[in-house]
Amino acid sequence: MAEHIVSSYDEDLQSLRRRISEMGGIAEKMLVDAIAALVRSDMPLAQTVISSDSRLDLLQREVEESAIFTIARRQPLAVDLRETISAIRVSGDVERIGDLAKNIAKRALAIGGPFRAHKIVVGVQHMSDLVLEQLKDVLDAYAQRDTARALDVWQRDGGIDALYTSLFRELLTYMMEDPRNISFCTHLLFCAKNIERIGDHTTNIAETVYYLVTGETLAIDRPKNDRSIDVSKAGA
Amino acid sequence: MTSIAVTASRAIGNAPAANPTAPVRIAVRNLDFFYGDFRSLKDISLDFYDRQVTALIGPSGCGKSTLLRTFNRIYSLYPEQRAKGEILLDGQNVLSPSVDVNELRARVGMVFQKPTPFPMSIYDNIAFGIRLYERLSRAELDERVEEALRKAALWDEVKDKLRQSGMGLSGGQQQRLCIARTIAQNPEVILLDEPTSALDPISTGKIEELIEQLRTEFTIVIVTHNMQQAARISQFTAFMYLGELVEFGPTGKMFMTPNKKQTQDYITGRFG
Repeated sequence: MAEHIVSSYDEDLQSLRRRISEMGGIAEKMLVDAIAALVRSDMPLAQTVISSDSRLDLLQREVEESAIFTIARRQPLAVDLRETISAIRVSGDVERIGDLAKNIAKRALAIGGPFRAHKIVVGVQHMSDLVLEQLKDVLDAYAQRDTARALDVWQRDGGIDALYTSLFRELLTYMMEDPRNISFCTHLLFCAKNIERIGDHTTNIAETVYYLVTGETLAIDRPKNDRSIDVSKAGA
Repeated sequence: MTSIAVTASRAIGNAPAANPTAPVRIAVRNLDFFYGDFRSLKDISLDFYDRQVTALIGPSGCGKSTLLRTFNRIYSLYPEQRAKGEILLDGQNVLSPSVDVNELRARVGMVFQKPTPFPMSIYDNIAFGIRLYERLSRAELDERVEEALRKAALWDEVKDKLRQSGMGLSGGQQQRLCIARTIAQNPEVILLDEPTSALDPISTGKIEELIEQLRTEFTIVIVTHNMQQAARISQFTAFMYLGELVEFGPTGKMFMTPNKKQTQDYITGRFG
């Protein structure tokens, strides 16, 4: 796209993109490290994740203030306005992803030791691998303004939701088998839910990318496959 | 996400919403305009809807003021300027030689960038045009002058000094006086050629507020260099470049998701 006649306008928008890119990098690392901390019962790593969150919060506030200032100063229109609004939305979603990763790290601390049933943790790891891939893809889509890639992420999240439902069932089974499993399974359930929520945030970012490029909103009804509510009704 | 996208689109120039089902007040068909041999408007075809504000935007020299000046044939004051094609005002071609231009200019009023009050009292500025066409009693004339000044949101500021010269008013007041003068003729269309370019922000705000009120009675065409002003007060926008119409549409669409890259480049300040 051609540059603005006033070059500082381009610099303002570049600065928003750079901050979001930095936020994305931090959030990805937080998720990877939080899951590693959970799987390996690595307490110092969990602590590192928790303390990373403050940098993410600071960046999100900076993005918001900078975007608001851009709106006041430049009165952006069309694609520039969509870019500014999108920066606010994406920074909010990435900040929440960081919070959810931090919560996983806190759960790792709460569990505080190796798991009885490693198999279940593998399920959580697999789910988080898929979500991590989604996160990377959608952040790339945002950086490159790639709607095809964003749409792909938007559609894939149904798979994450289905995985969550099956993990949910499995955890319930473990809890019913042996009451000594209840404590760590409950923590894992929350972790799984946090990962599933991260997946939802990546689809929000995908919707924002689509809006940013086209000015249109994606259909309201993204396919949702979280059937855990049906599991509890059926008594597992 | 839905709420942000829809709200942003509605917030620009669509309150009340652009109404493309409104009847067409002015229909421009295949209009060319020449300054001597230079063709400054090229085959323009465009509709202006009844009681909607249409903004004409574009870089300097694109032909927007030239286009505006064809609607009331003010160009005919200059022999080397001529128009070819059709401009249909309620179905009647105003370019036809049989049209009475004075009557046309009462139906299609014009306000210029630089306020142009007559060197007369405030009262006479309004009454002058009325007296040209109508024989009214003193009381009736007083009423018409007051009505025009009220509609132009100027009455309260000048009611105690109607005998004072119009030239003694501030720039913003003079401009509203010119609008009042136009309204007093009961026009159908009001043409505004960068009406607030020479005014301070407060006067500009008052004129914009006035335009929003006038829209309920008159069809308005406004040329403006101020993108945000066009976005604020118009329901339709036409973007012109080098004498051609590049894009036309509801203001919300033009300023949020224009179809043409050229339009987007212009409104986002990427032109040149």
